[in-house]
Amino acid sequence: MPIDIDIAKVARLARLGLSDDELAAYGSQLEDILEHAARVQALPTEGVEPTAHPLPMVNAHRSDEVEPTLDREEVLAQAPDHVDGFFRVPAFLEDE
Amino acid sequence: MSDPADFTIAEAARALRSGETTAAALLKAVRRRVTMTEADLHAYLTIDAEGAEASAAAADEAFARGEDRGSLQGIPIALKDNMVTRGVETTASSQILAGWIPPYDASVVTKLRDAGAVIIGKTNLDEFAMGSSTENSAYGTSRNPWDPERVPGGSSGGSAAAVAVGSALAALGSDTGGSIRQPASLCGVVGMKPTYGLVSRYGLIAFASSLDQIGPITRSVDDALAVLETIAGHDPEDATSFRGELPDFGSQVDRGVDGLRIGVVSELLGEGTEPAVADAFGAMLERLEGAGAEIRELSLPSTAYALSAYYLIAPAECSANLARFDGVRYGLRVDGGETVEDMMGATRAAGFGPEVTRRILLGTYALSAGYYDAFYGQAQKVRTLVIEDFKQAYQQADVLVTPTSPTTAFTVGERTDDPLAMYLSDICTIPSNLSGDPGISVPIGVDDAGLPIGFQVLAPALAEPVMFRVAKAVEGLAGFDARPTLANSEGAA
Amino acid sequence: MTWEAVIGIETHVELRTHSKMFCGCPVGFGGEPNTRVCPTCLGLPGALPVPNEKAIEWTMRLGLALDCEIAEHSLFHRKNYFYADMPKNYQISQFDLPLCADGHLDVTTETGERRVGITRVHLEEDTGKSTHLGEGGRIGSSGGALIDFNRAGIPLMEAVTEPDIRTPEEARVYAQELRAIVLALGVSDARLEEGSMRFDANVSLRPAGVVELGVKVEVKNMNSMRSLQRALAHEIERQTEILDGGGAIAQETRHWDEEAGRTEAGRSKEESSDYRYFSEPDLVPLSVGDEEVGKLRAGLPELPAQTRARFEAAGVDATGARVLVTSGLGTLFDEAVAAGAAATEAAKWLTGEVTAYLNREDTDPAGLQIDGTALAELVSMVEAGDLSSTAAKHVLEGVLAGEGEPRRVAEARDLIQIRDEGALSEAVAAVVAAHPDEMARIAGGDGKLIGFLVGKVMQATGGKADPRRVSELIREAAAS
Ligand SMILES: [Mg+2]
Ligand SMILES: [Zn+2]
Repeated sequence: MPIDIDIAKVARLARLGLSDDELAAYGSQLEDILEHAARVQALPTEGVEPTAHPLPMVNAHRSDEVEPTLDREEVLAQAPDHVDGFFRVPAFLEDE
Repeated sequence: MSDPADFTIAEAARALRSGETTAAALLKAVRRRVTMTEADLHAYLTIDAEGAEASAAAADEAFARGEDRGSLQGIPIALKDNMVTRGVETTASSQILAGWIPPYDASVVTKLRDAGAVIIGKTNLDEFAMGSSTENSAYGTSRNPWDPERVPGGSSGGSAAAVAVGSALAALGSDTGGSIRQPASLCGVVGMKPTYGLVSRYGLIAFASSLDQIGPITRSVDDALAVLETIAGHDPEDATSFRGELPDFGSQVDRGVDGLRIGVVSELLGEGTEPAVADAFGAMLERLEGAGAEIRELSLPSTAYALSAYYLIAPAECSANLARFDGVRYGLRVDGGETVEDMMGATRAAGFGPEVTRRILLGTYALSAGYYDAFYGQAQKVRTLVIEDFKQAYQQADVLVTPTSPTTAFTVGERTDDPLAMYLSDICTIPSNLSGDPGISVPIGVDDAGLPIGFQVLAPALAEPVMFRVAKAVEGLAGFDARPTLANSEGAA
Repeated sequence: MTWEAVIGIETHVELRTHSKMFCGCPVGFGGEPNTRVCPTCLGLPGALPVPNEKAIEWTMRLGLALDCEIAEHSLFHRKNYFYADMPKNYQISQFDLPLCADGHLDVTTETGERRVGITRVHLEEDTGKSTHLGEGGRIGSSGGALIDFNRAGIPLMEAVTEPDIRTPEEARVYAQELRAIVLALGVSDARLEEGSMRFDANVSLRPAGVVELGVKVEVKNMNSMRSLQRALAHEIERQTEILDGGGAIAQETRHWDEEAGRTEAGRSKEESSDYRYFSEPDLVPLSVGDEEVGKLRAGLPELPAQTRARFEAAGVDATGARVLVTSGLGTLFDEAVAAGAAATEAAKWLTGEVTAYLNREDTDPAGLQIDGTALAELVSMVEAGDLSSTAAKHVLEGVLAGEGEPRRVAEARDLIQIRDEGALSEAVAAVVAAHPDEMARIAGGDGKLIGFLVGKVMQATGGKADPRRVSELIREAAAS
């Protein structure tokens, strides 16, 4: 099965700012890998339920209790940029 | 007298309690081994000298007080650098986390500390555990202690190499598609992946959440058991953590294989298997039979598709798991232009290496509108079939066995240009990640080049007791006592 | 051409649990930035989510209050998109298997009653909050942005309607009714101005009588019930103009600008979103049994519709009952009635003066200085003739200002009505004597002047006379 990938769109979705050369290289590698991976389509799976998780578990909850928070200075010390207790980032272009 | 760096955990634990050695002396011996081998091996990314010394001193004080928290007290252990350690740099071998000092400890780290273990440092891995050779580390490739021209396997290559040469008595690795078992096999040590959910993933930097599992890399089956007993158990911080009563992992370990049914998976002995590996594997089967086991050849037809399913499921999960690395809260930031969107794109493009980028792209594609059903959705159904195949097989056999890796250690650079060839390294280990079942690799010999060969034992979920039982028998039957060149030559010098 | 508006509403409600949705950080509003954070809600490497059982229970309660089916089996999914104030760059939400589905809510407006279908009620996590710096408006300014993750991970319920709403008024009533339900359930403070309750609306137009839906526009950023109604009215007008002019509607997101009174196109991605939903591998499925659903259903409090029916049965008119419920004054009403006030009187005061006070002061019932006993006392003082209705308003003012119980306020402000006939007659006599011409005209049949003289007496007594009795006394004087 031939695989057709809009690699630029995929990179945008993944927020990877790749150059055109990089995009072209990754695009062709992905096509190779996906051609192999597409073998999964050869297996008949009618009526087969998908498995998201190996564990047959349900309802792993916690009770509504407050636990200690992190020390803000320790957290912000790792931030690329911060001011007045906030993380600082460049301006937003897009809406939520 | 032998060098304490060559002790197993069991031997060291005895020596510590008999007064023959101290935790401080043990740490010193191990540190000496690190100094001797690291230039060739590059197993470690970070050594926590201060932390380790403090822990060793605390362990010795505990022994002096008569306080004994079990077999890991005072034992020098290494951690794969995708496990978060408070105050100690944690990078997952990625540029994007260069210099990150976590503000918290992974649950396994807390458990090791509580048990009095001495954490020496953080070991090298393929970036974000994606790879089978440690060549994908942003901080240089680790080397195979049996031949520095070759890879130690991966992604827990640094952990396996360190344990093999005595730079740690044991190490923790993580296994998403074989990342504990394959490097253990290539480095001639024992590597074990527990049943999914037995060991908390809290603080393990996620690669693929439904597949990742932390486990021990050690020099003996008994040692693997000792480490597993310390790190297993329910963790309220991990919703996928097992809640039932834990099996008594060691309850059958010394019973031998007499009367056990051992299944050989025909699909996993394919054409890619090197003759030396196939021969050693076959010879072990004969010995097991000689020891009273019944060997049965079984077919698990879906496992032929497991690799393909894995290379859709794992990248899909990783594409989301790695979205948080965006230059906002921690790690690398690269300004790519005016806006926060530019910054994120530039940071991620610069911070992730090629294999990680490839898998993020692959996973993003497999989940995207119009392709989900054909790729990710179909892969999840194949996963169901793989699980069903295993269930069937375990009705006919108590354990399944395969070579851990179809080949022994390959040379550095040999497979880097061919992602698919690299992916094939994990063909025997991946199916049990999809099913969530436990597996262990035990060294059984070397090939003509003197490179170790691993034997894998797989068991149903929570059937660690029978898995350890067979593994221990294999270990005994193999009588594997070769030492890696690096440890020998340097040690003698 | 006559166009029919088709409106659907998505409502996000922050739950006021003690701790966040997937971690133990405290839930709260405001405070020092980035102080209510932990590895999980900051999206640190390695951190994992564990769901808050209370948030799950509360979401099912809202589902039951909206007559939804509670799913036996439901799942959390990851909704993938990059946004700087979203710590993991995916939101844990629900997708094809939400906790609650297929409910409805009946709304009554002047044009009648309408059943609004509830597609689903699901549970997700809130994002952090970003403040955009510098000039250039809320988005795209040059000064960058500051991010506070205190809000990140607060449990967020999302209720989605079918496109069943037809007018901006119906939309507002739906929103008010939903808010009243949330308040009755006690699961959120549902403050629009603080963002703990937020509405997004999808609006499209179609020719009247046509079934097929038109192109829909998503309208965001409406911070009050009033702005919800205004924004929709404006958006319908905007779309009508475009369609009448032969134009086409662009599928887009628009933001309501309260000051400008119009919706504005947002800056959005060049391609439509692709959220790549997949089931959250860090969590296991939710499973709810009939028994638990039964227990939750039995534990539901009285819901607004039931409360309104009860108030009406007690004699309050339909409008009054609705105002009492939507303004959150129902409890105060019940307390006043329990303390002996006549239902109609208590309702009159609450929907009149007290509601006006709430609007004027921009506060909510929790901040009121009056309780049911005090309101009942006020009603009984009027009934007994101790207070004129004018004086009673002044007394209420004093009570609301924190001056104390009604009788104390009335005494302190010297507002107790003159009930001594002698004193009253004296005051009337004085006014009558001072206005002989007016008295003559009243005697001649000009009844309109009685009011004028009553006013004079009220003035002379400082408002403490009973105007009904004064009017009687003036009539008597004119007749004699
Ligand atoms: Mg939502
Ligand atoms: Zn938190």
